[in-house]
Amino acid sequence: MVTSNQAPTLSAESQAQIDRELAKYPADQRRSALMSALRIAQVEHRWLSNELIAVVADYVGVPPIAAMEVATFYNMFDRAPVGRHKITVCTNLPCALSGGYKAADYLKQKLGIGFNETTADGKFTLKEGECMGACGYAPVLLVNNHSMCNHMTPDAIDKKLAELE
Amino acid sequence: MTVYVKGVVFEGVDFDDPKHWGIEAYMARGGYTALKKILSTGMTQDEIIAEMKTSGLRGRGGAGFPTGLKWSFMPRSFPGQKYLVCNTDEGEPGTFKDLDIIVDNPHALIEGMIIGGFAMGITVGYNYIHGEVFEAYERFEAALEEARAAGFLGDNILGTSFCFQLHGHHGYGAYICGEETALLESLEGKKGQPRFKPPFPASFGLYGKPTTINNTETFASVPYIIREGGQKFLELGKPNNGGTKLFSVSGHVNRPGNYEIPLGTPFSELLEMCGGMRDGKKLKAVIPGGSSAPVLPADIMMQCTMDYDSISKAGSMLGSGAVIVMDETTCMVKALERLSYFYFEESCGQCTPCREGTGWLYRVVHRIEQGLGRPEDLDLLLSVGGNIAGRTICALGDAAVMPVQGMLKHFRSEFEHHIEHKQCLVPGF
Ligand code: FES
Repeated sequence: MVTSNQAPTLSAESQAQIDRELAKYPADQRRSALMSALRIAQVEHRWLSNELIAVVADYVGVPPIAAMEVATFYNMFDRAPVGRHKITVCTNLPCALSGGYKAADYLKQKLGIGFNETTADGKFTLKEGECMGACGYAPVLLVNNHSMCNHMTPDAIDKKLAELE
Repeated sequence: MTVYVKGVVFEGVDFDDPKHWGIEAYMARGGYTALKKILSTGMTQDEIIAEMKTSGLRGRGGAGFPTGLKWSFMPRSFPGQKYLVCNTDEGEPGTFKDLDIIVDNPHALIEGMIIGGFAMGITVGYNYIHGEVFEAYERFEAALEEARAAGFLGDNILGTSFCFQLHGHHGYGAYICGEETALLESLEGKKGQPRFKPPFPASFGLYGKPTTINNTETFASVPYIIREGGQKFLELGKPNNGGTKLFSVSGHVNRPGNYEIPLGTPFSELLEMCGGMRDGKKLKAVIPGGSSAPVLPADIMMQCTMDYDSISKAGSMLGSGAVIVMDETTCMVKALERLSYFYFEESCGQCTPCREGTGWLYRVVHRIEQGLGRPEDLDLLLSVGGNIAGRTICALGDAAVMPVQGMLKHFRSEFEHHIEHKQCLVPGF
């Protein structure tokens, strides 16, 4: 395993965000903020390395294994490096009936990669997703876990990709 | 897209107004008057719960359990902390109504939760929001800020001794967390693996404390019931199926979206509201209540009204109200293959019958779809299903089996054709 000499750190901004989450729960239930803390760390570092997970666990005050369990259970956490923009396409049945696979095929062809692959320039990673709770707006895709894009026809995909730096 | 027809959640919402979700617009359409009514008239907890029972409101998340009854289970005199939890972890394929509620009318949910807190003597609540809808989570947080600033949330609400704190909790991608005890585990910061029941959350819930969990749409219906009375709500629907409901319509219709309509509306009318079938194709089948509900063929569906009793009599379930419409070009084997993959992918792995069985279901349907099916595969599917259903801690196992059973009951010949001719009858997607 390749490890850098320096442990990753959480920026002051990330720490402030995690503190806001911690304040929502009883003082003896800091663990409840773990999921948010991992999300915030992932936004800062793009993916969750073992070292980063340990740092988050330490900040929240839980054993590293507790954080590791959460990071590996929920599928929006990335446990391996991803490109600058992770694009997740929903192909579940309701979306499939309205062009989910067509959107996925178009993205694959346009980016020249398959699911779970990253473009050579490190810009895009493509993932297949399950129902995002937006089936009426199909085809839908999610950019970097947080930005939902609706009605993604080929034209709309072209436009979106051009926007992403 | 929400299409308001007639209902209690989106009544009066002007979707063209960019601030339609905000507290001012909400109050202008009668928002927070139910809460004020309770606090100013001295309405008691018993009176509120009685009103909820009269309304006939049934849980809008899928199980359809009577809300008033659920609220009455909560030990009101329990001395320690109790919790109120809203389940906005909307991941059942086909369902997207709760998303629109927290985006377009979050204060209805907030007011409903405050009233629930008052009725059950609870001072802290959480809203667990589906991972993929981060922007909706931010909208909900913004609405909470507004409610706090206006004195509807926090300590000494509207100058009374009643206190209620409410927080948003953002999930991160696990269908299983829609199951209420998995949701509680997740809220505690753990893997979302369901708990054994009993004990039920009303006695052992969040952090081991008595907890009531309701769906977003359920809570959002509460202000209307308190404001206008349970009887009026009941009469909007039909007996035993009180009120109006949001139906998320997806698939082969001209205008997919959320339709808020009275329970008991004929399916044929709902289909018309959606602009009919896309490209004028013929209706083949409908999954009437989210991906776990058994599929119904067109002729049966066209006889149904959209309510709990009618759909259950037809052999399926209303579930979350997610209506997945499929036209004549849909290959049922392919459709089932995609759904079976979903359950296989989302099984939490805790119970062997589900963890292993969902994999079996997917692999067998997959090989039929690939043209490698064997004649005995259909019985194999039913036998694997029989070994999952009812043998697991939570309902995900059953949810994985019901689509298989429904498909084989109504479209068996299509599966047989696939096995014999090694290809689809129709193009599929
Ligand atoms: S099926 Fe794609 S968002 Fe629901």
